[in-house]
Amino acid sequence: MRVTFTVNGERREADDVWEGESLLYVLRERLGLPGSKNACEQGECGSCTVYLDGVPVCSCLVAAGQAQDREVRTVEGLAEGEDRLDPVQEAFVEAGAVQCGFCTPGLLVAAHDLIARTGQPSDAEIREALAGNLCRCTGYEKIMEAVRLAAARRAETRGGSPEVGP
Amino acid sequence: MTQRTSPGHRVRELTTAVSGGIGESPVRPDGTLKVRGEFAYSSDLWHEDMLWGATLRSPHPYARILAVDITEAVRMPGVYAVMTHEDVPGANIYGLEHADQPVLAVDVVRYQGEPVALVAADHPETAQRAAKRIRVEYEVLDPVTDMVAAAKGEGPALHPDGNVVRYLRIRKGEVEATADVMVVGEYEVGMQDQAFLGPESGLAVPAEDGGVDLYVATQWLHVDQRQVAHALGLPLEKVRLTLAGVGGAFGGREDLSMQVHACMLALRTGRPVKMVYNREESFFGHVHRHPAKIYYEHGATRDGDLVYVRAKIYLDGGAYASSTPAVVANAATLGAGPYKVDNVAIDCWGVYTNNPPCGAMRGFGAVQAAFGYESQMDRLAERLGMDPVEFRMRNAIAEGDTMPTGQRIDSPAPVAELLRRVRDLPLPPERRGRVDIRELPGGVSNTTHGEGVVRGVGYGVGIKNICFSEGFDDYSTARLRLQVIGGEPTAMIHTAAAEVGQGLVTVKQQIVRTELGVERVTVHPMDTSVGNGGSTSASRQTYVTGGAVRKACHTVRDRVLRMAAHRLGVPQEGLSLAGGKVVDARGAALADLAEVLGEEVVEATEEYRHRPTYRVDAERGQGDAHVQYGFAAHRAVVDVDVELGLVRVVQLDCAQDVGRAINPQAVLGQIHGGSAQGLGLAVMEEIQVVGGKVRNPSFTDYLIPTILDMPPMTVDVLELADPHAPYGLRGVGEPPTISSTPAIVAAIRAATGRALHRVPVRPEHITGT
Repeated sequence: MRVTFTVNGERREADDVWEGESLLYVLRERLGLPGSKNACEQGECGSCTVYLDGVPVCSCLVAAGQAQDREVRTVEGLAEGEDRLDPVQEAFVEAGAVQCGFCTPGLLVAAHDLIARTGQPSDAEIREALAGNLCRCTGYEKIMEAVRLAAARRAETRGGSPEVGP
Repeated sequence: MTQRTSPGHRVRELTTAVSGGIGESPVRPDGTLKVRGEFAYSSDLWHEDMLWGATLRSPHPYARILAVDITEAVRMPGVYAVMTHEDVPGANIYGLEHADQPVLAVDVVRYQGEPVALVAADHPETAQRAAKRIRVEYEVLDPVTDMVAAAKGEGPALHPDGNVVRYLRIRKGEVEATADVMVVGEYEVGMQDQAFLGPESGLAVPAEDGGVDLYVATQWLHVDQRQVAHALGLPLEKVRLTLAGVGGAFGGREDLSMQVHACMLALRTGRPVKMVYNREESFFGHVHRHPAKIYYEHGATRDGDLVYVRAKIYLDGGAYASSTPAVVANAATLGAGPYKVDNVAIDCWGVYTNNPPCGAMRGFGAVQAAFGYESQMDRLAERLGMDPVEFRMRNAIAEGDTMPTGQRIDSPAPVAELLRRVRDLPLPPERRGRVDIRELPGGVSNTTHGEGVVRGVGYGVGIKNICFSEGFDDYSTARLRLQVIGGEPTAMIHTAAAEVGQGLVTVKQQIVRTELGVERVTVHPMDTSVGNGGSTSASRQTYVTGGAVRKACHTVRDRVLRMAAHRLGVPQEGLSLAGGKVVDARGAALADLAEVLGEEVVEATEEYRHRPTYRVDAERGQGDAHVQYGFAAHRAVVDVDVELGLVRVVQLDCAQDVGRAINPQAVLGQIHGGSAQGLGLAVMEEIQVVGGKVRNPSFTDYLIPTILDMPPMTVDVLELADPHAPYGLRGVGEPPTISSTPAIVAAIRAATGRALHRVPVRPEHITGT
C-alpha cells in the first residue's frame, strides 16, 4: 500500500508498504529517518517516541497506515535548522546525559513534550513523565540534570520576553 | 517520493575543535549527531539492494537434530538464500577462549535459541516467515540444568571434555583455621541480562576481492575478525570490520552474534545483508551474567578480626564456554573481597549446562562473589555486635597487603576511606506527615500512604581487577597523524578500540589535546585497518588504549620537536607543545606549530602494553594474576513496604577511587550507570529459566530500572594515583556495579530483618509468603 503523511513539516510518501509495517519501520527503513530507535519494538522502552499530531507516541506501536494524512515529528525535526539544536538537545549533550545514545531520541521527544506542557517541571514530574523511557547507561542522574537545565533555560528566555514586564 | 539516504546511514569520522584536555569534561564528539538522530548505529545502516537476514533458532534446550528440510523456505517469493551448517564455508566452530560453539548447529542443539539455519530475503518479515517454514526434526533430550550437579560430573557430558569448563582453587595460610566466631551462609545470584538498548545488528557487504566488509556493533573488532575469518575460511585481510554505532554493550557484545551469519548470507547472495535482532531474539542472541550458587564460611576473633574465609562458588556457564574461564578466575581470586584475611580456601567451578550461555557482563565474576562475601560481613558484624561499617573498615585491605593469591597490592587501596566517606555523606530526611505517593514503594499504584513502610540503611564495598589478567597479552594500538589542515594543526587519531557509549572517543581527543597542545582532533572510524585495540571490557580502554594514544602522541611530539629544534637552531631539550605553539622550558612561545609542520604529515603507530600478569598455579592458586584493582563503596537507603514486599530505593551513594579522573563527567556517568545496574540485580532483574527455557525474553517481563526506580545519587570521587598506570588512572566502569547490589540488599535486611540470601530480592522473600 501507499502511505502519505507529513514528517517534520514535509509531505512524504512511502510505496509498497506491507500492511504489517509500523510507523517506526517506515520512518527508519523507507523514509531515511533512522533517528527514532528500535530497542524493543513492543512499546516498553520509549526509544521510538515521536510526536503524532503533537502527542508523543511509541511509533513501534502505530501501524504505518494509521499515520495516513497525519503529522509526525521525529528527533530529526526537533531542532530548527541545520546548525542549531533545540535547548533540550543542547542540554543533553552538555550535561552528559548521552552515553550510548540509543535511548536519547525517545527521551528527547518525551522531555521536549514535558517542558512544552509544564514549563518548569518538578523532579517528581520529570520522573513520572520519563518513566516510559528506558536508559541502560546513565542511571538517569544526568538525564534529570539535562531536563532541569533545558527547562530552566526555556523559562529564562520566556522570562525575558515582553509580556512579563510591568 | 521515497528518500532513503540519511546521515544516519553511514559511519563517519568525528571532529571537534574545542579546548579540553585530561581532567576536563569537553562535550562528546558524537554528542551532537546522537541528539540529532544522525549517529549511525548498527541497526540504522542501509545499502542499495540490501537483503535482510533472519535466524532460525532451536526451541529446545537440548535435542538431537534428526533432519532439516529447507525446501518450502527456499520456494518462497522474495527469499534469496537459506543456509544450514552444511553451508558454513570455513570451520563451523568458534569461541572467545575455547572454540566450542558451532556457527550453525550440526547434529545437536545445546540451548534454547541456538542458531540452526539462516535466511536472506528482500523484506525482514519475509525472512522471518521463511525461517519458520524450515522443517527441523528434533529428538528432544533431558536438559542438564543443575550447575552443582554438573560440577560433580553428574548427568550426560555436553562437550567432549565433560561439563566442568574450569575449576580453580585458591589456598592461603591454614586451610583448617578455626576462629572464635563463625558464620555460614548459602547465597544465590540470578541470571542478569546486559539489556543494552541497541539490538545486535550489522551490515555485511560482499567485496570484489571475494572478501567481505562488515559494519557491526561489537566490543572487540579484532577478536570478531579472527573468529569470522576462521568460520568463513577466508584470510584475515579479506574480512574487514568497521565499528558501527553501538547502543550499549556491558559485556554482551564480546561474543559473536550475527557477525558470521550476515557475512555468510552476503557472500552467498552477492548482496549486502543487514541483520537486526528484535528484543526477544536479543535475549537469545547474547550471553548473560553467570547465575551462581555460593557457600561461604567466615571466621573472626571476638575482637572483630577476620581469621579465615572458606568458599565454594558455582557458576553456570550454560551451553558454551564463552568467557567462563576468566569469570571463574575473578570469582575465585576476588572471592575474599577487599579484606585482609590470612587463611583462605576458595574452590570455584564454571560449568556447562543446557541453560542459556553465560559470559561477560560488567563486574564479571566479582559481582556474584561480592553479594556473598558482603552478606557474610554484615552477618559477622551482627554476630559480633559491631557496626557493619566499623567491622569492614577494621578488616579492609590496604596498599601493601596481600591478596589470597599472594599478590601484593602495590598502589593505593583506600577501602576503609571509601567506606568512611560514604558513611559520612548526609542521609536523606526522614519521611514526615503526608508524603507524595510517588515517593513511596508502589508509587502511583497507590498501594500505601506510608503504612507498613519501613526504612533501612545498608553498606557494600567491592573489589574488581582492571584490564585482562592471568598472563593475557593485553595491548592496544593507536595511530596518530598530525598535519596542518586549513591552516590549523589537526590531529587524527585512529584505533580499533570500541566506543560503546562510555566516552572513549572523548578521552582519546583529550589525551591528544593534552599531549600535543592542539584543539582540532579528529577521531577516525574504528576499524580493523589499524592494529588490535583489545576488548572494551574489564574497565580497560582508558588505561590501555589511552596508554597507546599517549605513547603515539609522544612519538609524534618528539619528531615535531626535533623538526622545530632544527628549524629554530635551538637544542630540542626543554621544548614542548602547548596551545598550538612550540614553547621553551620557561613556557615562552618560540614558533607556531602550524609553521613548524608546514606541509609535513607526521604519523606514528604505537602499541601499549600494561605490565605483565601471570597465571596462578593449579595447586594453591598463587600468582600475580592481576594488573590493577579497583574499589567502590555504596550506601543504600531504602523504604520497604513490608506487607506487600515492595522496595523503593530512596538514595544510593557511592565513593570510588579512580586514580585520576580523565573526564570527570564521564566518570560520574559510569558510576551512576554501574550503580543502576547493581540496583537492577538487587531488586528486579532476572532471566527466569525453567528446565533450560527462558520464561521472560522481553522488556515487558524482564525489568530494568526506570527513572522512577533509580534514586538520586551523591558520588564522591577519589583520585589517588596508581604509579603504574597512564596518568595514574584506575579503571572506572565495573566497581560501581559490584558494591551497589549488596548495599541495597543490606538496606532491605535492615528494614525487614529478613535473611535474604538470593538476588534479585522478590516480594515474597520480604513478606515470607
